[in-house]
Formats: sequence, C-alpha cells, structure tokens
Amino acid sequence: MTAPVINGWFTVDGGTAHLLGTRCADCRTVYFPPRTGFCRNPYCDGEDLAETRLPRRGTVWSYTNSCYPPPAPFVTADPYVPVTLAAVELAGTGIVVLGQVKDLTVDDLRVGMELELTTGPLADGPLVWMWGAPGATAERQNGESS
Amino acid sequence: MSDVVILGAGMHPWGKWGRPFVEYGVAAARAALRDAGLEWTDVRFVVGADTIRNGYPGFVAGATFAQAMGWNGARIASCYAACASGAQALDIARTRILAGLCDVALVVGADSTPKGFFAPVGGDRPDDPDWLRFRLLGATNPAYFALYARRRMALYGDTAEDFAAVKVKNALAGSANENARYRKTVTAAQVLASPLVADPLRLMDICATSDGGAALVLASAEFARRHGASRPVRLAAVSTVTPSFPSTVLELPDFATDSTAAVPPPERPFRAAIAHAAYEEAALGPDDLSFAEVYDLSTALELDWVEDLGLCARGEAAKLLRAGDTALGGRIPVNPSGGLASFGEAVPAQAIAQVCELTWQLRGVAGARQVEGARIGLAINQGLFGHGSSIIATS
Ligand SMILES: [Zn+2]
Repeated sequence: MTAPVINGWFTVDGGTAHLLGTRCADCRTVYFPPRTGFCRNPYCDGEDLAETRLPRRGTVWSYTNSCYPPPAPFVTADPYVPVTLAAVELAGTGIVVLGQVKDLTVDDLRVGMELELTTGPLADGPLVWMWGAPGATAERQNGESS
Repeated sequence: MSDVVILGAGMHPWGKWGRPFVEYGVAAARAALRDAGLEWTDVRFVVGADTIRNGYPGFVAGATFAQAMGWNGARIASCYAACASGAQALDIARTRILAGLCDVALVVGADSTPKGFFAPVGGDRPDDPDWLRFRLLGATNPAYFALYARRRMALYGDTAEDFAAVKVKNALAGSANENARYRKTVTAAQVLASPLVADPLRLMDICATSDGGAALVLASAEFARRHGASRPVRLAAVSTVTPSFPSTVLELPDFATDSTAAVPPPERPFRAAIAHAAYEEAALGPDDLSFAEVYDLSTALELDWVEDLGLCARGEAAKLLRAGDTALGGRIPVNPSGGLASFGEAVPAQAIAQVCELTWQLRGVAGARQVEGARIGLAINQGLFGHGSSIIATS
C-alpha cells in the first residue's frame, strides 16, 4: 500500500482498514493513538500495553468541515476541497476518534449515524485513516465485477 | 483561609497593534499599579503568563516584564498553561501571598499575535499532537469548536440563530468597553451572512486572535488594610484543576477521547469540574453569582459554559439566552465585558483580563456595561492540555 502518513496508528489488511490502538493487560483500557510504556488509568499500575485492532464501525459523535484551507503542516489540494471531519464513537470501547471523512460532505452526515473505517490519501500522497459510509470500501472493490 | 485581595487592575486595549508584547504588558502593569496606588518598587513578586509565539522573552515572561519595568530585585516566576496561563499565574501569586512569603504581587500577561487561524509552532514535529492534528487531519481550532456546536444542535435543538444571538448580545456589551477590540454592535443577519468557517460556525461565531495585555496587583488583606484600601475586591476561589480520567469529551488538540472500557466517566465532565472546584472553594453556588465571564471561543461554546456553570440544566442555555437572562440587565448576565467575541483572544492575557472585568464590575465602576448590584462574579476558561481556570471574586 501507499506509505501511511504515520507508522503504527492504522493498517490495511487485505483491503480492510483497521485503527491500531493499545490495550492494557491489567485493566483492559484501550488507547488511541497507541500508547506504550504505562497505562494512563490513575487506578492502574499496568505497564503491559499490547497492540489491538479497534472496532471498525461506530456512530457519529459530531462532525464539521474546514471551509478554508487549513494551515501548514496540512498540505492542501489545488483546488482546495473542504476537508470533512467526523468524531466517531467506536462500538464497545467508549472511545471517540476524529478522522477525515471520505466521499461524504457535512450535508450527508448526522449525529448518531453509523460510519466505517477506511483510508484515503492526503494531498501530497501518504495514506491516512478516514471515516466512510458503511460498506463503501467493499462496494468499490466489488464495483469492478458488478 | 486568610484573604488575598485585588488592589489593582489594568489593561492595554485589545487590537492588532503590531507592537512587541512587552509593551502591552508594561502598559497594563503600570495601569494596574496606578490603580492600586502602589509603586513598582513596592512589588515583591512578579508572575508572567508566557506567550509561546514571541521567542525566548515570551518563555520567561516574568523576567521579561520585570526587566522592562526596571529590575527591582523582586522574585519572579513564569508559567505556561495555554489559555489558562493567566489563571495559573494568578494562582502562583496568591499562593505566595497566602504562604506569607510576600505582601504584594504583580501578575502580567500579554501577547502579540500573527494574522489568521492559530497554526502550530513551526518545524517538523511528529511527536507533538498539536502539530499532528494539522498534518493528518487539517483539524483547526474552529473545527473542534464546530464539533461541539453541531452536537448541541443535534442533542438540544440549538439553531444557528441561537449562536448568532450570542454574538449580538456580546457585541452590544463590548460596544461599551473601551478595552475591547470590536466596538460595533452587530445584527443576527450580519452573523448569519458571514462566511462559514467550520460548519455550522461562521466567521462571526468564532473569536479572533488579538494583541493585548492585562495585569493585576494582588495583596494580602492585611497589607490592603495598612495601605488604606477600603473594601477591596476579594479573591474567593482560584480553580486550576485538571480533568479526571477518563475524559470523554474530544478535546483540542487530541485525536481521541479516553476509553471508558475499564473506568466509567467521571461524575462531572472537565468544564463542569472546573466550575465545581471554584464553587467548593468559595462555598458558593451558581445561584449566588451576580454575573459570569466565560471563555466564548465560539458563540456556541458560551452556551456550553452556561450549562457547565450550573446556571441552568444541561441543554437549556439557549432558552436562557432567548429569554434575555444572560444579557446585560438580565437575571444572570454572561460576558458583560463583551467576552472574546468583542476582544479576540490574547492567550496569556485573557484569563487576567477576565479578572480585570470581575474587579471593575464588583467595584461598580464598569460604566454603561455595569451589572446592577454586582456582588459575586465568576470567570472561567479551559486551557489546552488539561488546564482548568476559574476565579470567583466578591465585593
Ligand atoms: Zn491499565
């Protein structure tokens, strides 16, 4: 795959994107971005944090867009297309993860709707995780044969 | 606890003046000292709230201001806590007074800001989440404010018209404030016609960045008595608490919240916890307040704060706004200074400026924006990276 913009935060496995978090072996708290070294739960002394794949689907906590090009170090496409952002609450983890939204605008989004993890390129090439319509990745992959 | 009082308050007007931040800070400090009826050489402790956008002198703001005023041998401290820097500086100063280590302390914050949205400090810094959120997501500060605003609309039915009404209210109050950068009243139609920045927030929903300076002279109550100050404004609480794990609100500049997989969310989310700690320390509650200065980085965020302060139930801040309760002349005026909507944000000076407004309101000298019979005022804000900031002052 195209190089990820950051190592160890997500992976694409057989065409399917996964966010990579870590989970404390002692208290089971999940972290994203991945944390190593020690658990941040103040009631836990855990130091064994192992990589874990986070749930791929969740519900929209909130969403917005950037109508103006964000400043550097963001690299803007020319012409600029507004970046759509969604904060998505991952099923079963009680964790909300912010990401760019792929192929949807704010007009398509609603608080509480379900989105699924995918990836997409930044304007200068590297891949980043994104939120997309559920099944959109699979549809595109099947699209060639249907 | 013995009392710490506010003997002097001073500001350099907010604007986009293009001068070094030191000049604003010194102007504010001199104004605060004049207000207190004290000489610079009376000051035994200086705390500077740092600015990170003005090089080395900004990182050692206490020393920078002390040197600029003319070295007087006073002890100094400098502190950085993002938007809460001023409150932290105030807390350090009052703690030193409470410890009996000095009688008179000067707290100063000032900033000189570049144009446009806040961008991260330069360089290639992939270990800094504040740099990464721009690089990976293009997530600007207004984007985070917009997430909160959209969520209010979805959960409570707030509308763009409600957000515009906050701006109209604050601009009206700010039009009567000689230190505000924006002195013009605005209409809801003007707000709603301003360009979208981060849906649903428009340009006039979002606070600008400004140049400005603010300063306070604190003293022990005993010193104030000796100095002949009759009934000075009293610092009743300074809350600088941090969040409790797990923090379940997506905070600037984070990519994610904490997980609630192992530990349930705390009783109070962070903003409400900041206020709660201030109320506890002052032994006061929301019903006791005469007015509040809240950190309206966006119009919608003012409504969040109104609820975090317990001025109404969760989800009902827009109802208070529509009823005129939070306007000047209303039941509980919010941002009688005009708020960030009228000032724009000068980060290290802003929390100090909030307390200047508390001081003037509680002395009854706020002129056309005076809150009738103001006896107890609260200022609150939240700095990046878990810095709480709330001050309660009483007349
Ligand atoms: Zn743990």
